[in-house]
Amino acid sequence: MPASLIAIGGSAGSLQVLLDLFEGIDDNFPIPFLIVLHRNNRFDSSLEQLLSYKTNIPVTEIEDKDSIQQNHIYICPPDYHVLIEKEKIFSLDCSEKVNYSRPSIDVVFKSAADIYGDKLVCILLSGANADGADGLRYAAAKGATTVVQDPKTATVSYMPEQALLASKINFILNRLELLQFIRSLV
Amino acid sequence: MEHALTDNELNLLLRDMLDIYGYDFTEYAKASLKRRIHRIMINSKITSYNAFRYRIQNDPVYFQTIVTEISVAVTEMFRDVNFYKTIRQKIIPVLATHPFIRIWHAGCATGEEVYSMAILLHEANILHKSLLYATDINDAALNRASRGIFPLNNMQLYSRNYIESGGVQDFSQYYTANYNLAKFNDIFREKMIFSTHNLVSDFSFNSFQLIFCRNVLIYFEKNLQLKVLKLFDQSLEMFGFLALGSKETLRFSGIENKYKQFEDREKIWKKIF
Repeated sequence: MPASLIAIGGSAGSLQVLLDLFEGIDDNFPIPFLIVLHRNNRFDSSLEQLLSYKTNIPVTEIEDKDSIQQNHIYICPPDYHVLIEKEKIFSLDCSEKVNYSRPSIDVVFKSAADIYGDKLVCILLSGANADGADGLRYAAAKGATTVVQDPKTATVSYMPEQALLASKINFILNRLELLQFIRSLV
Repeated sequence: MEHALTDNELNLLLRDMLDIYGYDFTEYAKASLKRRIHRIMINSKITSYNAFRYRIQNDPVYFQTIVTEISVAVTEMFRDVNFYKTIRQKIIPVLATHPFIRIWHAGCATGEEVYSMAILLHEANILHKSLLYATDINDAALNRASRGIFPLNNMQLYSRNYIESGGVQDFSQYYTANYNLAKFNDIFREKMIFSTHNLVSDFSFNSFQLIFCRNVLIYFEKNLQLKVLKLFDQSLEMFGFLALGSKETLRFSGIENKYKQFEDREKIWKKIF
């Protein structure tokens, strides 16, 4: 099934992977990206800025009720959970942390899976907690394609390792393979 | 039950709540509403949708706890330190020019935001001429807010937030500790009026120089957000301030032309038309 949304989650060690990834993706890449990185809530907008140095795909930090457009990169803001409504708009949520995290990757992956089902690709990168593992499992059950960064190449391998323990993952990829995989989606 | 509620299942529940109890959640944002209801079911150890629906229909006390849970907010005193720094440094001096100050905290939950504002007003020596109206749909939260009692464990975090937002006093002078509770001084409570108010169904009840509604609108669909923002517009004096949550916006709200964003990064708007 052609993908309509690519959700990428990560924590410690994921930033560089993301920056390198987007450097290699075409500026006209149509499928929107949704990025959920664990962040400190004192963080200023530098993630948005850093990414916009690497790509001309428009990058925005999500505001409540923003709609999901093609050829766009959406970043989850610090200290909110992000959900998706069936009208393909974002709803923010301030409820308690999940896996000690807000935004939680599990919450994003599950909400995206409810709306996008088999048109969703979920990618989990490097990190030190298990956030995202359950989300991948849930998304896979809804028909999504699930991908983890190869733990052998991840800066902090705990996150992808936990995901591999929790469910059968479609693809285990190193950074180069990840780029090729994403390019192959169009 | 792993599966999220279907739209139809949710709609039936909302219909029941409206028809039987008069609470209208039909324009709340569906994704977060479904998620909250799902968690309520898990916490109540109810595994079947039908059992849940039946209980709501027949158990008014249980339904009240659901109202509480649906609107539960995770909140801290002086949360978002940059926001409170802006309030302290830029907004309070403007408020101080008024002979009498009325502030509305819409969706105040357990009151942390209200006590934070009361402290700021006190430190600026204008608490004596202020009144803080604090409203919420949630009776239980209002009761707690009204008592001014918070877990003592939270005070360390609140104190840190207070300092980072520019506070220089000894935060602990503002409350007395007893066992594991902290009770804030009566001087603050005396300037507060707590009342139930439902943003969906109730009307404007006064006119204010400052309205807080932070991270409440996110739980509403866009149409309901517009209605509530109009309500705030009707309740705000000219040159008054509207303060929303850090990722909330007035864009496409129909009233954005009447407001100017006061500070670049903070979601505080000044009414100019």
